[in-house]
Amino acid sequence: MKKGLKKWSLFPLLAAMAVILSGCGEEYISALRPAGAVGKEQFNLLLLAVSIMTLVVLVVSVLYLLAFAKFRRSKLGEDYMPKQVEGSHTLEVIWTVIPIILLLILSVPTVLATYKFADVSAMDEVDENGDPKALTVNVTAKLYWWEFEYPQYGIVTSQELVVPTNEKVYFTLKAGDVKHSFWIPAIGGKMDTNVENVNKFYLVFDKESKGLNGGEGVWYGKCAELCGPSHALMDFKVKSLNRDDFDAWVAAMKATEGQTASPDSTDLGEATFAQNCLGCHAISAVTPAGAAGPNLTTFGDRNRVAGFLEHNKENVEAWIKDPEKYKPGNLMTGKYKNLTDEEISAVADFLLGLSVEK
Amino acid sequence: MSSVAVTKKKSVGAVIWDYLTTVDHKKLAILYLFSGLLFFAIAGFEALLMRIQLMYPNSDFISAGTFNELLTMHGTTMLFLAATPLLFGFMNMIVPLQIGARDVAFPFLNSLGFWLFFLGATFLHLSFFMGGAPDAGWTSYASLSLYSPGHGIDFYVLGLQISGAGTLISGINFIVTIITMRAPGMTFMRMPLFTWTTLISSILILFAFPPLTVGLFLMLVDRMFDANFFDHTMGGNTIIWEHLFWIFGHPEVYILVLPAFGLFSEIIPVFARKRLFGYSSMVFATILIGFLGFMVWAHHMFTVGLGATANAIFAIATMAIAVPTGMKVFNWILTIWGGSIKVTVPMIYALGFIPSFVAGGVTGVMQATAPLDYQLHDSYFIVAHFHYVIVGGIVTAIFASFHFYWPLLFNRALNEKLGYLTFWIFFTGFHLTFFVQHFLGLMGMPRRVFTYMEGQGWDLFNFISSIGAIMMAIGVVLMVINMLSSIKSKPLNCRDYWGDGRSLEWALKTPIPFYNFKQTPLIRGFDPYWIEKQEGNPEGMTYAEPLGDIHMPNNSILPLIMSIGLFIAAFGALYHPDGVSWSVPVMVIGIGITVLAMIIRSVKDDLGYHLHAEEIIAIENELYGKGGNK
Repeated sequence: MKKGLKKWSLFPLLAAMAVILSGCGEEYISALRPAGAVGKEQFNLLLLAVSIMTLVVLVVSVLYLLAFAKFRRSKLGEDYMPKQVEGSHTLEVIWTVIPIILLLILSVPTVLATYKFADVSAMDEVDENGDPKALTVNVTAKLYWWEFEYPQYGIVTSQELVVPTNEKVYFTLKAGDVKHSFWIPAIGGKMDTNVENVNKFYLVFDKESKGLNGGEGVWYGKCAELCGPSHALMDFKVKSLNRDDFDAWVAAMKATEGQTASPDSTDLGEATFAQNCLGCHAISAVTPAGAAGPNLTTFGDRNRVAGFLEHNKENVEAWIKDPEKYKPGNLMTGKYKNLTDEEISAVADFLLGLSVEK
Repeated sequence: MSSVAVTKKKSVGAVIWDYLTTVDHKKLAILYLFSGLLFFAIAGFEALLMRIQLMYPNSDFISAGTFNELLTMHGTTMLFLAATPLLFGFMNMIVPLQIGARDVAFPFLNSLGFWLFFLGATFLHLSFFMGGAPDAGWTSYASLSLYSPGHGIDFYVLGLQISGAGTLISGINFIVTIITMRAPGMTFMRMPLFTWTTLISSILILFAFPPLTVGLFLMLVDRMFDANFFDHTMGGNTIIWEHLFWIFGHPEVYILVLPAFGLFSEIIPVFARKRLFGYSSMVFATILIGFLGFMVWAHHMFTVGLGATANAIFAIATMAIAVPTGMKVFNWILTIWGGSIKVTVPMIYALGFIPSFVAGGVTGVMQATAPLDYQLHDSYFIVAHFHYVIVGGIVTAIFASFHFYWPLLFNRALNEKLGYLTFWIFFTGFHLTFFVQHFLGLMGMPRRVFTYMEGQGWDLFNFISSIGAIMMAIGVVLMVINMLSSIKSKPLNCRDYWGDGRSLEWALKTPIPFYNFKQTPLIRGFDPYWIEKQEGNPEGMTYAEPLGDIHMPNNSILPLIMSIGLFIAAFGALYHPDGVSWSVPVMVIGIGITVLAMIIRSVKDDLGYHLHAEEIIAIENELYGKGGNK
């Protein structure tokens, strides 16, 4: 598509648009600063479309301002009687044909890209050992959190998606309760998570997320479909690592197999967690998907509490104390007994100690 | 009704009774316009609250739940209960006059349509006071709306069902009126463009509202009786709701925007003193837009997972709509070209409309580009796009028409200076609000969020956007002040207020008598009043018949009673799932009232009455002084 673009007379406009638009927004969330093949192609389409549309708006505006300036009654005199023209077939044909040509220019790359993005056939390809060639992540969207399952590795995580760079990552998307929509603006366009069927698409992450946004080091992911009161707070974060780091992360996740909390532990945090939280929240990555609450294996490594609060102990405590206050309508509220401040503090310490990266 | 009753001062009670029972299209137009403005103000206020909440990041001006109620009611009200009745108001007022008819084809149904709309709308708004408004967005997508606790969604389903029935009835009425009641000589290709767009938009109503009715009905039984049409755990499918909703929802946009095009096609030629350029291509474009409008609903669902082929087909079909729309825009410009432009308040709205609407249209084409839409969908870009179309297209048309047709509606004119001020404040506010939202969307901001964290690069643009919204609100307040203060201004008692009127409605002297034309006019070409003026006919009309008796319909309270019956029944339906003992009796009583009123209407002959020639002369003398309408 790029080769074709260069030949077109739209090119100067295209270049101007690229300069204007690509400066916009924060790198970790803006669709105008794409960091993946899918997002880049969508951005190119955006440039093409914006250029054509700017051209149209400019032509219309110039014509209409010219008409408006030239034919004012104040200039022509109160008694001037314009010629009552009926119409002009030639002109009508011209402004029917020109839009059709402009739309054709846009529709060819549209159709090509539509099929390209929908091609997920490589998902099922296997190598000689029978292992799948490409990485697939099963995403389940819930009120109001995200579960990410890696079926090839038998591990599950939540709220923070970890992916390797420079390869196609395939996603299967589903909603656990009501409809949501999975969107990582800086990487590529979204796909809905429906309640009744699985959607599939792929994204490519060109760049490691390390160092993004002053060291925060994650891409921002959003839920794009209205899903209830806390729709706005259903954020998730994405870490993209090079393949080696990713493999190391997978190994560390696998090593958490069997990790659990004991109600008899001398650690107050662990004991309290085991009594109140373990029913919904696993702390081993090697567990079946579909838990009632987010998997907390990597809680200490995370970037945000509940997807959006700053990651510190006060926020963990505040969240445990009253989740409803921070995410109205969430399903955690009222699922455990009232805890004392001491217990909450201990649970927070316990959670913040859960890590696979350190 | 006697001739004297028209002009004599009446008591307040009598005036109210008159409006409750009226079947006169002009009075119903005023009712439509008044209630449309009321709901417009309510929905605008809701928008303002939302924009105040989003002015700063992490704001806690309103809670998450309330915000969802506001966004739902804002969207639902603006589309169903503000834009639709406002346009219906102008259709009711202008279309019969433009085609030289005495009234619409079914005056009784016209009244029924209004009262159904109004009581349905009232029912929907009662939700605010009765335990929570709907909160699943104006699209009310099934998985969330089934999940939503409380009665909000029930209010949505029942209120829209009642008011949608009213819209459907009115749409059918316009179709029959335009097809059968044109004055002699008014062929289809001599119809003014507003009449054309009303016809096409009414046909769209005829085909688009039944899917909505079906969808709402399925959701009603799902919520009332656990029917599981949409519950996927029981074999239902929520995607079905999305299809049904958009099969209605997409044409709905054209139901609203086509009459707006029509209004501008009336305004621009008048103030350009030039006939509409390319009339026949305008008609063709209108029909084509109407047709294509039905073929493209799935472009709202590119990210649902319909598959590449469906997405590609709907993408191309959607892009195609740009062609006839472009034809229209160029025709308007060419109407201005070579004309003699007088800048009045309606005209300045028309001039502001063209670039705003084009900007809204081209972003529509961008979204039609399916792979690009994967980024744009459900982001603030969409919010910017449809507000450019709806505010830039429909709302400007409505505001322009208020100024344009106020002399015909109330025999008064709106203040010009205040009108300009309103325009500039509203128009600046509008662009300030929505232009930056394109960038917010591209920068990753999803729509329908009640808050956002600071530092994501959205803070400044959200602030600008909220300032713009406040300006828009000031503009609307100024317009209402203008309307109210016009009551005190001098009656015009004139014909052709703007001096360059072209279609038949301007040939009437104001105030327009309740029977419109004392004799049916004869149409001798396109722009009939212009033709008569050019030939020096002082009355502006050639008559097709001698002065004689006029047959008029009787007023009736039955439409109101029928609507009240359904209104009552809706409460029974609403509380039925709670298992309250009175729900079934209330439903029976309510529907009983409606059926009883229908039976009375059926068995009691109501043949209307005749207005005799001498009475007509007396009325005209009283309205316009001795000598009648000359």
